Amino acid sequence: MSPLFLFLSFVALLSALGVVLAKNPVHSVLFLILTFFTLSGHYLLLNAQFLAAVNIIVYAGAIMVLFLFVIMFLNLNEETEPHKPALAKFAAAIAGGSLLLILVAAMRNVNPVGYDPTSFDSQIGMVDRLGLVLFQQYALPFELASILLLAAMVGSVMLGKRETGERNF
Amino acid sequence: MRPKPVGATFALQRLLVLLRSNLTAMLLVLPAANYQPSDYLPILIQFGLALAFVAFAMIVSHLVGPKRNSTVKDASFECGIESVGNARTPISVKYFLTAIVFVLFDVEVIFMYPWAVNFRALGNDGFIAMILFMFFLLAGFAYIIKKGILRWNEA
Repeated sequence: MSPLFLFLSFVALLSALGVVLAKNPVHSVLFLILTFFTLSGHYLLLNAQFLAAVNIIVYAGAIMVLFLFVIMFLNLNEETEPHKPALAKFAAAIAGGSLLLILVAAMRNVNPVGYDPTSFDSQIGMVDRLGLVLFQQYALPFELASILLLAAMVGSVMLGKRETGERNF
Repeated sequence: MRPKPVGATFALQRLLVLLRSNLTAMLLVLPAANYQPSDYLPILIQFGLALAFVAFAMIVSHLVGPKRNSTVKDASFECGIESVGNARTPISVKYFLTAIVFVLFDVEVIFMYPWAVNFRALGNDGFIAMILFMFFLLAGFAYIIKKGILRWNEA
């Protein structure tokens, strides 16, 4: 394990904890951006340059903007912050704990297979290799992705557009 | 005896030859690169320099600049008007719609990077695939324009 990997993992785990533990939601978002950057570092260590760039552009750049917008939409004043009853906290702890239990039980017997250094292709994550596979072997899913994006566009317009005559704020 | 080329024309010819050979190299011959994670060291150094400059600028401005503290100086907006309420008020959903549209078109552009890199290798099939892809997304764009999502002046 290289020191760079250890450092990135350390920062990733710490900032991921910061996302959950930060009191201020804006600080959570900033920690999440840091987590994304460290994950991009991991992608680079795995020689997946396209994933690393896309992770920065889409997640750290665009999705984070949406997160910040959602935070701005919510009413974040201290006095309106809802206090969960003890029963809800207890139920949440049980639900989260059982999810953790299932994950640990599923991962316990996993036997990671090593790689064969003679046949291992280190260039498999490059943009050109990925493009060839995407546009030749997976051309149909690629076209379906455009329909998915179209559906998302129409859906967001349907939900968000104020029609004339509606009550607005 | 051949006339010796005049200095300027000779240099121009050399430049043209150089440009042509470079263009052919850029357009036709793809370098058989073998990237390794260590090739990103320059980017890492640039990241470090950028961060160091930010830290340097902040620390130096803190040390060098004058400091005067008073209620007026510490107000968020020093424009003579008392600030009212707080900044955490709900905002218009219009901003959010614009942001969602931005994310969708951002994802669209992501698909164009691997396509552009392989533009020659993919040939006509790849071109038609991208035309179809763009057709669906531009249909969505036309819908957005028609619905007036990007118009701000009307309610």
